[in-house]
Amino acid sequence: MKINIKLFASYRENAGVNTLALNLPSHATVSTALDTLLQKHTAISSDKEKLVTAVNGEYQDHEFELHDGDELALIPPVSGG
Amino acid sequence: MIEITTDVIYPDSVASKVANASHGAVVTFLGTTRNTTADRKVLYLEYEAYRPMADNQLELIIREINLKWPGMKIAISHRLGHLDIGDISLIVAIGSPHRANAFSACSYAIDRIKQIVPIWKKEFFEGGEVWVGSQEDMSLKHSKDGPTTITIP
Repeated sequence: MKINIKLFASYRENAGVNTLALNLPSHATVSTALDTLLQKHTAISSDKEKLVTAVNGEYQDHEFELHDGDELALIPPVSGG
Repeated sequence: MIEITTDVIYPDSVASKVANASHGAVVTFLGTTRNTTADRKVLYLEYEAYRPMADNQLELIIREINLKWPGMKIAISHRLGHLDIGDISLIVAIGSPHRANAFSACSYAIDRIKQIVPIWKKEFFEGGEVWVGSQEDMSLKHSKDGPTTITIP
């Protein structure tokens, strides 16, 4: 299945792109997606466990199961306000 | 009411959204850009957001406030893009029958915005730039707050 990765702020700058397509096996979790992503783009983050993630605009943990067409966003520490 | 915009935001405009004949109190908070952070001289800021997740998280915060303190009207307006020193980045306005809860709700709103809303600010300061909240930002902060050496003559 194919999912879309969205990167923001420092993660986007480190990767050099704001969006990526990722091919994953069916029933892959956020954790698997991160492994695949970080293998190719090691500059994004050195600490996978600390990465905050959102699927289709909702915060989800790394065990969350992904589906074809999902949007997985990596959320750097927020600094709104 | 929530708003995320690259346009200038105005306190009176946001406050007017929560005014109501049954409200005895309107509390307004303005978040403004400071010229100094941890001894760095800040030149300007740039804000970006993940939309529509940021919009949805602001709506969620309003629902949380309505559950905790029923009967209030809430308006939140966040500005994105290039902000100069002194510009207003955030306005939170709460209209309430009585003032005590209005202050609490306003404070709660700001705390929650800073916890969960996917908005980021980049600080451009004299000598560099840094995403606030990043590891780089933390190490810049610590290098200023770190142990100092005292020389005894």
